[in-house]
Amino acid sequence: MPRQIPVVEYLALGDDPHLTSHACRSCGALYFDRRNACAKCFATDFDTTHLANRGRVRAFTIVGRIKRPFVSVVVDLEGGGVVKANLLGVDDPDAITPGMPVELATFVAGTDDEGTEAIAFGYRPRSDREAQPA
Amino acid sequence: MSAGDIWIVGASMTPFGRFADKDLVDLAADATLDALRDADMTMANIGILALGNVYEANSHNGQRLQKQIGQTGIPVYNVVNACATGASAVRIAMLAVAAGETEVGLAVGVEKMGKMGMIGGAAAARAEKKVYGPRGRYGAVMKSEGLLGTGLMPGVFAQAGTEYALANGVTATQFAKVAQKNHAHSVLNPLAQYRKEFSLDEIVSAEMISYPNTLPMCCPTGDGAAAVVLVSDQKLRTLDPDVRRRAVKISASIMTSDPWTESDQVQPDVNTLTRMAADAAYETAGLGPADLDIVELHDCFATAELLHYDNLRLCEPGGAGDFIDSGRPWRDGDTPVNVSGGLLSKGHPLGATGVANLFEVVTHLRGEAGDRQVEGARVGLTHVIGLASACAVHILEAPAR
Repeated sequence: MPRQIPVVEYLALGDDPHLTSHACRSCGALYFDRRNACAKCFATDFDTTHLANRGRVRAFTIVGRIKRPFVSVVVDLEGGGVVKANLLGVDDPDAITPGMPVELATFVAGTDDEGTEAIAFGYRPRSDREAQPA
Repeated sequence: MSAGDIWIVGASMTPFGRFADKDLVDLAADATLDALRDADMTMANIGILALGNVYEANSHNGQRLQKQIGQTGIPVYNVVNACATGASAVRIAMLAVAAGETEVGLAVGVEKMGKMGMIGGAAAARAEKKVYGPRGRYGAVMKSEGLLGTGLMPGVFAQAGTEYALANGVTATQFAKVAQKNHAHSVLNPLAQYRKEFSLDEIVSAEMISYPNTLPMCCPTGDGAAAVVLVSDQKLRTLDPDVRRRAVKISASIMTSDPWTESDQVQPDVNTLTRMAADAAYETAGLGPADLDIVELHDCFATAELLHYDNLRLCEPGGAGDFIDSGRPWRDGDTPVNVSGGLLSKGHPLGATGVANLFEVVTHLRGEAGDRQVEGARVGLTHVIGLASACAVHILEAPAR
């Protein structure tokens, strides 16, 4: 298997790919980027948390005027956290419903000149029994 | 008039469009000299200059403008604050007057963008050999646009729109009606970049830029400038009766930035700071949405205008779709919105926008808007928002007649 690297540091790879977040130790606010302090409560200590792979669509768009149109979504994760990514396997705006349940999926986004694969993430619609409307 | 009030006594804007034969200083000078004429003043009267410009902000255009139209040694501030740049320049001039540093302030907004394409992206440098390695605050190994959603302006405002649509049942056609209105309004505005009316069907079936916004639902890039001259009430009393008669009072001037919200960390929240600014402006002015005769709000995309009906409290909470259906924001409705054509059709030279919307409202409150005049307009509101994020709301009132 080729060496793999996540496209962003907040994607953890391995047997159970998932997103991680810097959680403010004082107020619990979540951030994906490197932090200087908490923008909500101004504290400076953070823990790393494991975010849920499941969530619901909060907002979306389908980006046109490019070679391969894609769907961008903002997802509210179960148990907290909001993330932006692509919605995979959907191209009809009418198929996207309020609170549509989705689940994280990973894919190879590219390979560099040393053969390392960059692994990205997106979300796929979830149709299992647990995915009842919110 | 009461102690502490600040008045607009001169206002002007250039036509918006693409002007290959004029540079940025030409545009700024055109607007400024006309605003000074309007105020019956010269650069000798001006005690502070604030010049707003986004894309050439490090060229010190305030001083470049002075060198063309009048160097008097006054303090000059070069201002940049995204799409709220022009409004920020106005506030800086205003704060200097309010602080008593001077009695007369000049604020200018100018932009020369030409045909720029979609805003918000940054080209990545191409290395000789491609080797992935984490960079920046997210440890990204490649550019995220198109891979982890979209952060370009059309996509950001489209997602802001669908968030509202999913929560409140707004349709793509209701968003399109915003563009239908603003393009229709612009036909009457000789200063607008575009003056072409579109049918709803033409708008809905046009090229999709970022769902639900089609091409005529996105503002163009362009060139243009606008300027306002501000005075204290003490100064106003000393001016010619013809200038006093046309003076417009700034009843509220509020700026906000994003307060922390959970979703704002990944997708700009254009609502919360607009609501904060609107609520504070209404309270400061002692007026409410029902008092407004004209509104110029930041319709960078059709989706944005619809959200701001709700954010500026022009409609019932969640009722922005019904509000556009009702026809109330049309020029002949009870709450005319963007009778100038708005950013969608009048154009959006970034630095000029937050001054040009003041020009538009001032012109209506003076009863000088010609074919597009909102009859009897006495109170108006202007709104701009730049990402991520700065919001300004001004409430203007015509003087007692």
